[in-house]
Amino acid sequence: MTQDNSFYGPLSDPAGNAGHTDHPPRVGFFTDTSVCIGCKACEVACKEWNAIPEDGIDLLGMSFDNTGMLGASSWRHVAFVEQQRPLGRQDAGLADLPVGPSSTQETAEVVADALEVAKRGGGDLGTAPVDLGFPSFDLPGAGTGAEARTEFRWLMSSDVCKHCTHAGCLDVCPTGALFRTEFGTVVVQPDICNGCGYCVSGCPYGVIDRRPDDGRAWKCTMCYDRLRDGMEPACAKACPTDSIQYGPLDELRERADRRLAQLHEAGVTEAQLYGRDPDDGVGGDGAFFLLLDDPEVYGFPPDPVVPTRDLMSMWKHAGVAASALLAASAAVFLGGARR
Amino acid sequence: MGSNMAEAHPVGFQWVMEAKARGAKVFHIDPRFTRTSAHADQHVTIRAGTDIAFLGGVINHILTHDLDFREYVTAYTNAPYLLSERYQDTEDLDGLFSGYDPYTAAYDASSWSYASVPMEEQPGRLLKEVSAPYQHGAGGPFIEGAAGGIESDPTLEHPRCVFQVLKRHFSRYTPEMVERICGVPQELFQEVCRAWTENSGRERTTALVYSVGWTQHSVGAQFIRAGSIVQLLLGNIGRPGGGIFALRGHASIQGSTDVPTLFNLLPGYLPMPDVTHEDLTTYLDGVRGRGQKGFWGAADAYMVSLLKEYWGDAATAENDYCFDYLPRINGDHGTYRTVMDMVDGGKVFGYFLLGQNPAVGSAHGRLQRLGMANLDWLVVRDLAMIESATFWKDAPEIETGEIVTERCRTEVFFFPAASHVEKAGTFTQTQRMLQWRDKAVEPSGDQRSELWFFHQLGVRLKERLAGSADERDRPLLDLAWDYETEGDEPSPSDVLRHINGIDLRTGRTVDGYLDLKADGSTVCGCWIYSGVYANETNQSRRRTSRFETGPYDAEWGWTWPLNRRVLYNRASADPQGRPWSERKKLVWWDAEAGEWTGRDTPDFEKHKPPDYKAPAGASGIEALDGDDAFIMMRDGKGWLFAPAGLADGPLPTHYEPHESPMRNLLYGQQGNPVRKVYGRPDNPSNPAPPEAHSEVFPYVFTAARLTEHHTAGAMSRQLPYLAELQPELFVEVSPELAAERGLRHLDWAHVVTSRTAVDARVVVTDRMAPLRVDGRVVHQVWMPYHWGPTGLTKGDVVNDLIGVVADPNVFIQESKVLTCDVRPGRRPRGPALLEYVADYRRRAGITTETGTRIATAGGHIERAHIEPDRPEEPS
Repeated sequence: MTQDNSFYGPLSDPAGNAGHTDHPPRVGFFTDTSVCIGCKACEVACKEWNAIPEDGIDLLGMSFDNTGMLGASSWRHVAFVEQQRPLGRQDAGLADLPVGPSSTQETAEVVADALEVAKRGGGDLGTAPVDLGFPSFDLPGAGTGAEARTEFRWLMSSDVCKHCTHAGCLDVCPTGALFRTEFGTVVVQPDICNGCGYCVSGCPYGVIDRRPDDGRAWKCTMCYDRLRDGMEPACAKACPTDSIQYGPLDELRERADRRLAQLHEAGVTEAQLYGRDPDDGVGGDGAFFLLLDDPEVYGFPPDPVVPTRDLMSMWKHAGVAASALLAASAAVFLGGARR
Repeated sequence: MGSNMAEAHPVGFQWVMEAKARGAKVFHIDPRFTRTSAHADQHVTIRAGTDIAFLGGVINHILTHDLDFREYVTAYTNAPYLLSERYQDTEDLDGLFSGYDPYTAAYDASSWSYASVPMEEQPGRLLKEVSAPYQHGAGGPFIEGAAGGIESDPTLEHPRCVFQVLKRHFSRYTPEMVERICGVPQELFQEVCRAWTENSGRERTTALVYSVGWTQHSVGAQFIRAGSIVQLLLGNIGRPGGGIFALRGHASIQGSTDVPTLFNLLPGYLPMPDVTHEDLTTYLDGVRGRGQKGFWGAADAYMVSLLKEYWGDAATAENDYCFDYLPRINGDHGTYRTVMDMVDGGKVFGYFLLGQNPAVGSAHGRLQRLGMANLDWLVVRDLAMIESATFWKDAPEIETGEIVTERCRTEVFFFPAASHVEKAGTFTQTQRMLQWRDKAVEPSGDQRSELWFFHQLGVRLKERLAGSADERDRPLLDLAWDYETEGDEPSPSDVLRHINGIDLRTGRTVDGYLDLKADGSTVCGCWIYSGVYANETNQSRRRTSRFETGPYDAEWGWTWPLNRRVLYNRASADPQGRPWSERKKLVWWDAEAGEWTGRDTPDFEKHKPPDYKAPAGASGIEALDGDDAFIMMRDGKGWLFAPAGLADGPLPTHYEPHESPMRNLLYGQQGNPVRKVYGRPDNPSNPAPPEAHSEVFPYVFTAARLTEHHTAGAMSRQLPYLAELQPELFVEVSPELAAERGLRHLDWAHVVTSRTAVDARVVVTDRMAPLRVDGRVVHQVWMPYHWGPTGLTKGDVVNDLIGVVADPNVFIQESKVLTCDVRPGRRPRGPALLEYVADYRRRAGITTETGTRIATAGGHIERAHIEPDRPEEPS
């Protein structure tokens, strides 16, 4: 392992790094999207347990997804992706049916327009989550031909706050409302948050968001209250197929590696892990995923980077700039004195 | 097939995912690609309502290629039995069986019997009216002389043996025919056949899952029969990993048939007495029969214990245990008949609705609402103010002027109900498992449990009638009604004790139905539940994990009968009592100990050896041989051929749905010749070939539920967390149909049938695909049906599109397939809607006789048929 670093790169003990001593092991979520059945029990369980308000009874028409994105009042979000490609060796049985071209391109365009007008989270405060594009139904350029569709698969995936090793939201929070818990998770305290919104732009995933009615920032706490009582988070508890698995992060990573190998062996060569790597732009996620396509298909950024990565060099540059400015000013005065 | 398990039963689907993780292959055969298909190895798109054609093809494949599990079939099914010479098959009669009477649209089933079993001719009309086949429930109907030995041919070669009849009946269900009828390409169909047969036999088993996608058809009972035949032929019944899983539609719907809410059943599938039952003995002879095999032989003990439970000390041997107190049925008193009687007036004055919202949730919602608007009083108990309680002010008929609030005579009494966490009791789930739940919180306000409601109703009615000398009040006044109470509510566990049964001599609970007596010394509310309170312990409250007790979960809850997890598990061992294979062992005969043993409770008499032969003249349980694995059947065998007990034929036969875009390609007989049709001005049918103008409603329509909502929506449209997940009624169409009709994603469209038109947002998706059916392209459309005029999210009532036509065995409506038209834009509103739909009817030439000329084969005169139909009166 490379050198532990508070701003960027691998960090073996985020809780310890935050000052917790004698703390429990770091916990997290492993969301295995290959067994998600799209029941949305996680969304409901999350809202029930955390008493999150309803945030929009409107039809988005993005396949079966009417939540749209994570936001101040949607801490779990199940994405539905309809695609013209097979899942592993799965057969959608389209061969020899009198089918024409796919409709996904066209429906995606309609949905994109609808999403623009749909009120979501802090959108009207100008602090909407970073627009990563709604889950695209296909990789750009794929399946645009007018030929008859022959393949189909329907992907489902439950998204959540990543509880990053280096959390952009936490690092920029000026009030201390956001903090690193003894479990290594990241939690925002609503009684301290002053609604400045720095965290919203600090999050490389577009997760944390402000609620329009009170302006404060909200996101998944990984059910901090339940963890302290020795219970698993509500979403993982409710998941009927164990798509959402909760536990010590080290254990989850091993489990994910085994599952990935199993899927590759079963012919699902497109399976990949997302957020599992401690060497990525946020030092690895506390909530990571097994995906069946590239991350951007599900609406994940392909290469998220915590803003603090550049903090040192920014300060260095700022320092250099400040010195230069100082020197220049001094030169002006000195020069003036000579005159 | 016929099940969207991942969406409708997501919690149960975890076991499918677990099986998949262990290497099981999952096939999903369904009209649309659903969240279940998303996890299936193979999705097969099928035209809705053609499942018998598909399964018939599978049966033909098995029989043509000799792929049946021959030892199992010979030993445990009725394949070797010879049929009567009078029997004629659909092969002989162009889609009809022998015994059809076109005037009553009913069968005299006497010619379907076994050769050595004399049957009296019996017109089918009354039997059809009271749903007699269903009354026999798990028991199956009589086979006179079953225990006396039935003529058979163990080589299965005799042309009249069941096996050969089966072969002949399904011989025309070829892969080509499956493709032409179902729209399933031949190669794909054969892939399913291959997988199913290769994964069955000694070493492997295949499970079949169905749900209301199979039951809600005019041939629904025969869909399930077809699945059963495949599973019996392949040896997949009574064995681990096999079986047919009937997923129920709600929590404890299984419980509501076990302890029934149906007009023709008493608890434990005992039939409701009818007008021919003069006394208890006549009734019991009708249930257990003479010379019948199996556990119905002890029906006297079950029935007397039930009567003793109802009427306590008042029930004595001298007064036939108050058998005369039971009402007698004399015709169809099912839901739809009753609703039509409500509309017609003069027969039904009051109505109780408990946990049901027919204004939205039942087929033909308009008929339901018009019926309810014509009552004196209506009692509604629900969690929220549902449409069935508020129809008098917000039904769609207000807008069209058909219901006028000021003139609606129905007085509605609304009672707020306690939810499942606010009361204790059991749920019986689809595996027949009773699971107890404790009360988590006290109900608030006036909310009370069902138990409280009915107990109080009984108490108050008895008070009101106290002192009455009128004979007709005796049944109520003599009701035992003696449960222990907790506060003003009966103790739910005491009620369960009474359901289990109590030995009156000791006052303790009985251990099972084998302890029940016919002499009045035991009471029992439901004989099949007997054992749930064995040893004075609430067995349904057990929660020992399978990790401690093994995969059969023997100490988690309690499963009827007698905690058996796999029914008919005697069939998991060969006739000699040895497991068919090490891999698939479940129960077996331990010769040393002289008993059946294994991983599950043996579904067989514990000490009856496999080679036991019943003595001549034996009947009931004693008459079961050591290899009669199907212990509830009259002959101890699994029925490939049903010699009696079905109103519409001894073998499943493909009939087109009542409303279909095409002619039956297999027979002259178009639809089920015995289906119950109701030609009334308020219940029109879309025409189907050979009637003209079916092209006015060119598309196949099917409806189902979404995970995010629950049936009629009372439990989900009122809740923000669920309403926001599926916020609006929509109609799913394929890109091809969207192009044909000019429909655009998220725009409005309306769906039209001869009943009404409903608005919905369009969802264009690749998950819907058209089919090529007999050379033409057939489009299918799908809608969820959860919406109504109240709640956080509102919408038109999809069930208003559906008319009433019913399966003749169980009277379930055909709501899973009909025909429709789809048009862009919104429907007309108010009285203009009525005119719009009337115009459709005019264009399609629809009259009250449309769809009622149900005999289309066999040279029968095409004659309109209306239920209930009387035989021609001799003049």
